[in-house]
Amino acid sequence: MVAGPARHHITVCVNFGGHEMDISSIAFANSLILGLSIASIFFVAALGLTIIYGTAGVINMAHGEFIMLGAYTVYAMQTFLGVPYFLCIPAAFIVVGAIGFAVEKSLIRYLYERPLDTLLATWGVSLILIQGTRLIFGSEPKFVQIPSFLSSNVEVGGLSLGAFRIFIILMALALAASVWFIFYRSDFGIKIRAVTQNREMAASFGINSGQVYSFTFALGAGLAGVAGALFGALNIVLPTMGIEYVVEAFLTVITGGGALMGSAIASLAIGEWQSIFALVTNSTFAQFMIFVLIVVFLRFRPEGLISASGKRR
Amino acid sequence: MKFSRRNFLKNSAMVGALAAPSIWIPQSRGAWGATLTEGEPIKVGVLFSLTGSLAVPEEDSTLVMQYAIDEINAAGGIAGSQIEPVIIDAKSDFGVYTEKARELILRDKVISIFGCYTSASRKAILPTVMDRDNLLFYPTCYEGAECVQNIVCTGPLANQHSKDLIPFMVENYGKRVFFVGSNYVWPKESNKNAKIWLENAGGELLGEEYIPLGDSEFGPVLGKIREAQPDFIFSTVVGASDIAFHRQFKQAGFSAETMPIASLTTGEIETKAMGAEYGAGHYTSAPYFQALDNPTNQKFVEGFLSSPYGKNGVTHYNMAETYNSAYVFKAAMEKAIADHGFNEVTSMRLRDACAGIKLSADISPEGETWIDEDNFNTWLVPKIGHCQSDGSFKIVKEAAEHVAPDPFSIYPDAGTCRANGLVAPDGTVRTDVI
Repeated sequence: MVAGPARHHITVCVNFGGHEMDISSIAFANSLILGLSIASIFFVAALGLTIIYGTAGVINMAHGEFIMLGAYTVYAMQTFLGVPYFLCIPAAFIVVGAIGFAVEKSLIRYLYERPLDTLLATWGVSLILIQGTRLIFGSEPKFVQIPSFLSSNVEVGGLSLGAFRIFIILMALALAASVWFIFYRSDFGIKIRAVTQNREMAASFGINSGQVYSFTFALGAGLAGVAGALFGALNIVLPTMGIEYVVEAFLTVITGGGALMGSAIASLAIGEWQSIFALVTNSTFAQFMIFVLIVVFLRFRPEGLISASGKRR
Repeated sequence: MKFSRRNFLKNSAMVGALAAPSIWIPQSRGAWGATLTEGEPIKVGVLFSLTGSLAVPEEDSTLVMQYAIDEINAAGGIAGSQIEPVIIDAKSDFGVYTEKARELILRDKVISIFGCYTSASRKAILPTVMDRDNLLFYPTCYEGAECVQNIVCTGPLANQHSKDLIPFMVENYGKRVFFVGSNYVWPKESNKNAKIWLENAGGELLGEEYIPLGDSEFGPVLGKIREAQPDFIFSTVVGASDIAFHRQFKQAGFSAETMPIASLTTGEIETKAMGAEYGAGHYTSAPYFQALDNPTNQKFVEGFLSSPYGKNGVTHYNMAETYNSAYVFKAAMEKAIADHGFNEVTSMRLRDACAGIKLSADISPEGETWIDEDNFNTWLVPKIGHCQSDGSFKIVKEAAEHVAPDPFSIYPDAGTCRANGLVAPDGTVRTDVI
């Protein structure tokens, strides 16, 4: 990259441990764009968990493993069936959504009255999924292939971002819009919101609340599958890969408060701060600062940014 | 006696003082040691992570260790006894490493432990190994700056590892370098060494970044690299992060042809895991590559890959070093048995017997190596591999002669590591310097 002749420098003086540094405005703008990319990763990771937690109040410890299954679905379809990457993404949604549906029907639905037990039960599910994947696919790492045009860098006037990261941002926007549409513009969404507000009352109006929960859980799992299809390309594909993302997802959901908008704002804040901290200091310190800020935030606002519903669980 | 708080404190302190020595301090060093019985199997611990972020490449170390032990056992074992491995999954958790090392020594009574990949795990278990006078075979690269009397290392030290790589890269690609590493002790110490080689080669360090161990978000680091525009990148990123780094590097539009990554860790396991197209064009320094052209290596590669342990399909520097550690163990056991008798071999006698053990080119796939008589690290020949489009490495440079391991090469004031401890310039000797 050749810097343009008129390369502006704003002098952002940052004083960390006695080191002063000048950061060019372009580098700062780039880090804001990168922050958007990190935010989109956090958001996509948290989306499925947000829906399941926000609607059914189930703290789904197996969320990371649903992400992992999404990545493995793409791997398996590419390797054994030769399906192109873009078709693998909806396939991951369907396959993992179906697995989520089965888990809900066979296990979770017996536990809605006992939220603490869902914690333990879903953790058990996560262990079963990790070991099951290891038995089927082996423990050696796999990888996901992406079309070569996504392995390029898009540059506009000194600002740049990888094409694949742009793709993830677009996917995050598309998923957010679809979920918003389902929740606020469809009949199913009305049912979900009714059941979320008061399950018994909704049931008395003829809504099959059990079915609503099943499909919501399946939707959340399917979205985790899409997340896995995207992350598999960025990262290593291993049976244990979900553990890393489940932390990101929980951070986002807890900070956001369980609502869709809350998760969107929380992931944006986390992504931007992480990117800016990493620019002025380094990645390790950035991660440390993010955790500190979240702890301080939750100390003063334990319910998160936007609470999912009036009813506290 | 009136029971008061003051009396209670005084009495309990007394009881504590009396009880402590008899319970907690072993009567004599070595009382914990494994005892061998002629004709019985020789137990060794195999302590690597089979799961978690370090499973690449530690799982393969476990597999190759089993292969080597099978090979030795099939050839008659050691002095008529079979080696019996106790295989442990440390789950990429440093707490588990410590706990399991203690269990291996106290419960399983192993004569030695083969294990650890990261320096963090080695440093986690060393206090336990030293307390119990056991012996750790550490079969990978590390930073040095240690002089412990309970460790034998078959991989390269920092002073052997990047010595050729940095000048080679500066000569072929340019002087401007960016360092990226995982955030723990080995990358930091390796980079201290690399800076010296870089200065000697007339290079310029543009930036130095560390990311948390196991983390996979390289966006900010790649942003800084784009800003700095180095001629090449020197990487000490390990494990799953290394795969994420190479993938995101190419996805961010960087090319190995104009800005290659010169790594100390990216071997055949990693290039297979990331997809060969992401590894192609980058460089790695290691004493062993699968493509090494010698009969011993051909036998090793064919034998291992066709064995039940070769399911992952590649051999790797870490695996060759692990394989060699099994044969150093065998040779040293035979020497110790000849010197002391089978039933009298202890972990420390085994360690003393390791001094100067030479693995000939018919045993060691990487060519002849031997254990240093003073610091118990390995004399070896570092090589530079260029990753090809199929993920294998082409050897582009090989050191002219064996390079001596020197754990304190960048800390000359600390002294010299000898068999009995770290000898300071003023003649004082300190043992167990971690």
